[in-house]
Amino acid sequence: MSSMSGETLILYRNLLRAAAKFSSYNFRNYAFRRIRDDFVANKAVSDPEKLKELLTNSRNQLDILRRQGTISQMYASPELVVEKI
Amino acid sequence: MLLKASQAFKIVPRIAYGSRHVATVAERSEHVANYLTQITHQNSQKFRGRVNEGIATGDMVSSLNQESSTAGSTLNGKRPIYLDAQATTPVDPRVLDYMLPLYTGEYGNPHSKTHLYGWETESLVEKAREHVAALINADPKEIIFTSGATESNNMSIKGVAKFYGSRKKHIITSEIEHKCVIDTARQLQNEGFEVTYLPVNKDGRIDLEQLEAAIRPDTALVSIMYVNNEIGITQDVDEIGRICRKHKVFFHTDSAQAFGKIPIDVNKSNIDLMSISGHKIYGPMGVGACFVRRRPRVRLEPLMNGGGQERGLRSGTLPAPSIVGFGEAARIAKAEMAYDHAHITRLSDKLVASLLSIPETVVNGDRKYCIPGCVNISFAYVEGESLLMALRDIALSSGSACTSASLEPSYVLRALGADDALAHSSIRFGISRFTTSEEIDFVINTVKGKVEHLRNLSPLWEMVQEGIDISKIEWSHH
Repeated sequence: MSSMSGETLILYRNLLRAAAKFSSYNFRNYAFRRIRDDFVANKAVSDPEKLKELLTNSRNQLDILRRQGTISQMYASPELVVEKI
Repeated sequence: MLLKASQAFKIVPRIAYGSRHVATVAERSEHVANYLTQITHQNSQKFRGRVNEGIATGDMVSSLNQESSTAGSTLNGKRPIYLDAQATTPVDPRVLDYMLPLYTGEYGNPHSKTHLYGWETESLVEKAREHVAALINADPKEIIFTSGATESNNMSIKGVAKFYGSRKKHIITSEIEHKCVIDTARQLQNEGFEVTYLPVNKDGRIDLEQLEAAIRPDTALVSIMYVNNEIGITQDVDEIGRICRKHKVFFHTDSAQAFGKIPIDVNKSNIDLMSISGHKIYGPMGVGACFVRRRPRVRLEPLMNGGGQERGLRSGTLPAPSIVGFGEAARIAKAEMAYDHAHITRLSDKLVASLLSIPETVVNGDRKYCIPGCVNISFAYVEGESLLMALRDIALSSGSACTSASLEPSYVLRALGADDALAHSSIRFGISRFTTSEEIDFVINTVKGKVEHLRNLSPLWEMVQEGIDISKIEWSHH
């Protein structure tokens, strides 16, 4: 992720950090995969308009992740059999 | 009174007795009670008490631990992997995030025209309608919100039959439809309609020539499902639509399993009526939709009469929070269809290839025409319910959730021509966007181990290994 600008990199890290808060194994891993794939797919975007749109969208996703991550912790279920202790 | 491993995994040669061992209701509820006790015991400090009401004794836990070590269960208070995406999918957190404001502040009735509360919910509901319509290339005015695909199927089939019933008394459907279509058709038969149930070939698809030959001058409706819920087979909907349009017969398709998973275009496919469900696309339960074509107009006799909501076709206050969640789920499904499809295909290809490497295993339905998220496999010489009991680490089903309490073998698999033994030993693996490749690896290893274990207990499998042809045996009758 070396090609990311400062702002993008901070957003990327914040997204991953918010995803890690999910107590649900499936949602947590989906969020990791989704965030990584999204940033890799848009790595080459240089058009400022498009970049602005992507960043705004990611910020909205970050808000959702933070809210839902908290809810996931409040109503946590036991771990799944595949999860390492 | 714990379930003994020997009871749970006993295999009765079905061919001999024409019956099979299935967990009784008592055994099932005991299994659930055991599981809940485990969870309660280990997590009582950590988790809310919602699962433990009425069940909690240390004795049960300790004896269960003994039992699970003999049965090789790894549950130990953990939850099984969810692999039943055709029954329902988890609600996407993004969907829940959209729904919550309607449960907290924006609680207006979308039909209230006199205040802000009503206006804001109405505008959200209309936005949801646009998202649902966009996913099938329909006009938002053609989307009628219902309680789910079962209601939409009933509404479409009974609605058309009753509206045009004075002149047209014939309906065509297939043998592999969901129970709610077949049961609706049966009901109409009782009311004097004639119904043709088209058979399917061994791949699971209907014969288009047979369909065309079955159409009569008094045929009102053809109802064929888009994607089958048990084996995931896709029908040639474009061709069926073309045939129906040519003969001026309405075409209804139950697309509960297809909507949001594969591209659907109601105009290109000449679909007149379509049933859609919300909880199969990571939306909430209890909400769905029915596409009702406006041009050429399809007229229905409504099931519900009342305030005239939804173009008078489905009266009743719309469940705004559910609809808004359903709309958001549809929007996400459209935006991420290719992404999800690629992920699910990767996992299902791996699962199919690995499970088929087990000897005497067949995949049901031609994979070429199946959606990737639904994998139905028969393990010969293993009893399906016993395998499900052995695979308690994985939440699976042997077929439709609606019929999972019944002992009869799947009518869908029998329609495909599978013999009863194979129909009994089938398991459906449902993969969703939230399934991980780690889970699939776990499933592959566990299934391989359990199938081998159960076959080693089976006298039939022993005979097969010795080269005895089971089908040639003459069993003595008592």
